[in-house]
Amino acid sequence: MVKISYRDKQWEVPPGITVRGMILKVGLNPETVLAVRDGKLINDKAVLPGGAEIRLVPVVSGG
Amino acid sequence: MHGMRCRKCTEVAVINMRQHKLALCGAHFIEWVHGRTERFIGKRRMFDPADRVLVAVSGGKDSLSLWDILLSLGYRVDGLYIDLGIDGEVGYSHKSRLHIEKFIRDFQPEAKLHVLDVKGTYGESIPAVARTTRRGREKPCSVCGLVKRHEMNRIAYELGYEILATGHNLDDEAAVLFGNTLRWNAEYLVRQAPVMPSDGMGLARKVKPLFRFYEREMAAYALVRGISYIEDECPFSVGATSLYYKGLLNQMERDCAGAKLNFYLNFLRAKDDGLIHSGEPTPLHACERCGQATGIEGLCAFCRLWEGMEAKKAGAAG
Repeated sequence: MVKISYRDKQWEVPPGITVRGMILKVGLNPETVLAVRDGKLINDKAVLPGGAEIRLVPVVSGG
Repeated sequence: MHGMRCRKCTEVAVINMRQHKLALCGAHFIEWVHGRTERFIGKRRMFDPADRVLVAVSGGKDSLSLWDILLSLGYRVDGLYIDLGIDGEVGYSHKSRLHIEKFIRDFQPEAKLHVLDVKGTYGESIPAVARTTRRGREKPCSVCGLVKRHEMNRIAYELGYEILATGHNLDDEAAVLFGNTLRWNAEYLVRQAPVMPSDGMGLARKVKPLFRFYEREMAAYALVRGISYIEDECPFSVGATSLYYKGLLNQMERDCAGAKLNFYLNFLRAKDDGLIHSGEPTPLHACERCGQATGIEGLCAFCRLWEGMEAKKAGAAG
């Protein structure tokens, strides 16, 4: 499985999914987050392997 | 497994920008951001290398990235941090300042930072003013914006900076445009621009060099460069209208890449073509207390805000 964290939330998704597919699957908008693996930014067409741990970084700010 | 490759080399891409149909590796993404920023500064005649620029930094991704980009491009840029005294049980303002200090230590040790402490200067923090005044109780972000605008102008003027730069990105501008369009606020539509000339009453020219970058690109810039920034939302921004508009625009962007870019750029084109007018511009007056330009005679909104605070304090003491 692939572990996903975003703020105080966590999910697990099956491997073989793209970053963009994973973001949509967990119910977020891909325009509003970036995916980071081992401290490095990964592009939205990268396919996630089993055991990967992905942190989703929010990009929207302001008030 | 790695997905896309960089358009300019064979490295793995770190970002895919669907609105530009462009994927880039880290090094070429940084080069692309620097090149575009420089191009738009020149195209919009924002400033020259000889100008002294003051950049407003909040500790967030946009302003720290802007400071980094401008210094990397060789411009003469100092920073201004306004300590708003926002705690929100997370020490928000304190944490923001720590990110700025870390940025200077790690990236630009020669950079100069000016700091204004709102409570130390005026006696109350922004949350206290927001709680006490009607304007603040209804919209705390409105009080915060008013104080920041006034103080950025004042400090740029007092310290002799010709240019005041802010980290507003395309998403910020598109959200403001969306709100102004929903209300058909012609006067605000006329004024909204990446460059606001000096008003001739002592205020610096205001520029937004990141106006063509998506918010997502600026977050990517900070991550690729390794800039540490405050990811937490301001505790007062929960439910802010601008965030609601950004959410709507991002829904459109998800389904139609380039929607935000086209919305904003076509607005700028319409303005350049003279399609957006308002009536006679509101005549400006000098505020009787601080001297800054204001659309109404007497005191400006900032001075009225603090006068109201003083009156409430005096009433409570009496």
